[in-house]
Amino acid sequence: MTLPPPSASAPAGHALALTGLTRRYGAFTAVQDVSLSVASGQFLTLLGPSGSGKTTILMMVAGFTEPSAGSILLDGRDITALPPERRDFGMVFQGYALFPHMTVAENVSFPLRVRGLARAARDAKVRAALDLVQLDRFADRKPAQLSGGQQQRVALARALVFDPALLLLDEPLSALDKKLRGELQEELKALHRRIGRTFINVTHDQEEALRLSDRVAILDHGRLVQQGSPLELYERPATRFVADFLGRSNFLAGTVREVRPGAMALLAGATRVVQAVPEGAPRLALGTPGLLALRPEKITLLAPGEAADTEVAGEIAAWSYHGTGFSLAVQTTDLGILHVALPAWRAAISPTEGMPVRLGWPADASVPVAEDSHAA
Amino acid sequence: MRRDLGWWALLLPAFLMMTVLYIAPIVQVLAISVTEPQLGLGNYDRLLTNAGVQRVILTTLRIGLLTTGIALLLGYALAYVIALARPAAQRWWLLGVLLPLWISVLVRAFAWVTLLRRQGLVNQGLQASGLIDAPLPLVWNEFGVVVGMVHYMVPYAVLPMLASMREIDSRLLAAARGLGASRGTVFGRVFLPLSLPGVVAAGVLVFIFSLGFYITPAILGGGKTLMAAEWIKLQILDLVRWGMGAMLATVLVAAILATLAVFSRVVDLRRLFGARA
Repeated sequence: MTLPPPSASAPAGHALALTGLTRRYGAFTAVQDVSLSVASGQFLTLLGPSGSGKTTILMMVAGFTEPSAGSILLDGRDITALPPERRDFGMVFQGYALFPHMTVAENVSFPLRVRGLARAARDAKVRAALDLVQLDRFADRKPAQLSGGQQQRVALARALVFDPALLLLDEPLSALDKKLRGELQEELKALHRRIGRTFINVTHDQEEALRLSDRVAILDHGRLVQQGSPLELYERPATRFVADFLGRSNFLAGTVREVRPGAMALLAGATRVVQAVPEGAPRLALGTPGLLALRPEKITLLAPGEAADTEVAGEIAAWSYHGTGFSLAVQTTDLGILHVALPAWRAAISPTEGMPVRLGWPADASVPVAEDSHAA
Repeated sequence: MRRDLGWWALLLPAFLMMTVLYIAPIVQVLAISVTEPQLGLGNYDRLLTNAGVQRVILTTLRIGLLTTGIALLLGYALAYVIALARPAAQRWWLLGVLLPLWISVLVRAFAWVTLLRRQGLVNQGLQASGLIDAPLPLVWNEFGVVVGMVHYMVPYAVLPMLASMREIDSRLLAAARGLGASRGTVFGRVFLPLSLPGVVAAGVLVFIFSLGFYITPAILGGGKTLMAAEWIKLQILDLVRWGMGAMLATVLVAAILATLAVFSRVVDLRRLFGARA
């Protein structure tokens, strides 16, 4: 094996830190004051809709785009001014960017050739890298003779063959169909575990980000909105944008009417919404407007006589069936339409339009979120 | 079946016109090479025995290859700059390349004469700057012919090469740099190989054109550097040796077809002549 296992004497991965990274194009600011750090061996995903600046950040890390301000540190060393070919980062490009005039083996050996490695050493490393992605039988084919998934693996082998300090992935799975994407997500994750290197991935696919990453950084309009583990981001989104972009959320707007230790209550129309406030969390002042995000799967259908921290009545406006569950859109007077995800197996009701239902959820199901600030 | 016939009938007028007005006269002229002055391959015998014919053929090939080589080098550099320029700049560059095509060959040949002759701008400039004492022989020789022909051929070299450079995915170049290649290596290992089809296409186009050049060598060669086309004209119009002229014309047509046949295996000729964008 060319790639040392994670337990090898030297740390296999490298740590990267971005401080105050900014990129302007004329009057347009593509990336604004982004500070991030990736620990050695971590899998970080930059997640955001198109135009959020995630690719620009990756291109600055790779060295193809010069930052307008800020710096990039690799293991504490400033590499902001280094040209891409001297950074020693492996990169998998969107669409893979395999050289069409070279065979698979020549593609993979390209980074070794330009580093002046002797032929024998090159051949051994190329074979090991192709083994790693299970493509050893395709060494003599041209990229055009491979399927999309195979091309993606060649791009991976080529990016890893020279033991890069970091592996950068620019929407590596976006060109593949859904089923293949799922398979390659598993492979990518397993590969990351096996070689223990630092991966930085860019995607707009929130499901991919949740499945693959140790850490996710969510970007919107060039700013870093929130970062954390997938679980943290999903369970405790900080803003309306994060709650909406990562999975689905209902948003409940009201005015803070009661504040007690560990909880508060909002009033939306005549409905009292109870919200748990964990120790140390910022609390909203009495009388101020508040916004809560509530996941559809955390709402339950209340049986007659059953009680919950928050209860609201409504009627089913629309519903659909997905095999694993029902999706209901329930019209309420005070909270607007609430989306509810109900497990289908042994569901208490079979939904019909216009059916009156009572919904409820516990105080810790929802989270207070901030409105988005897109100004400036 | 009947419908097919109708379609073919539509083609008939054009086909007849081509046959009667174009192909038939050419075949007739080419036939003269084996009928004048008497029936037989006597004219073709001269290819092996006549030093004059051989010299003309060698001169034509030499000037053709030289022109092709220089036009490809200059054209490649131009196409490279254009391909990497921003879209707005690309339009101006292209205009600059195409503009000479709209100026008559005759005008351009005489313009070169005024520039290159003994009292021309180039010689005067060099003398005034003290680089040379006596004027250099820049025109009415092979040098002058090559200058004029290269000038004419560069746009034809640029266009196929630019087309093939534009097809190169810029991400490949970025990928190569990201994988550790310097700018020079990216050019040598990725850009150049991927642009080669355009280079071959441009080479075939320029070389074939160069073989049949008439006006430019006639004016800039000053009668001393004879190329095939001028020699054919000399044989037919001045010496009234139709057989000899037709013989070399036949050889020229055969040489061009042979070049096309060889390179059709390497490049897509339909694309070269614009049948496919």
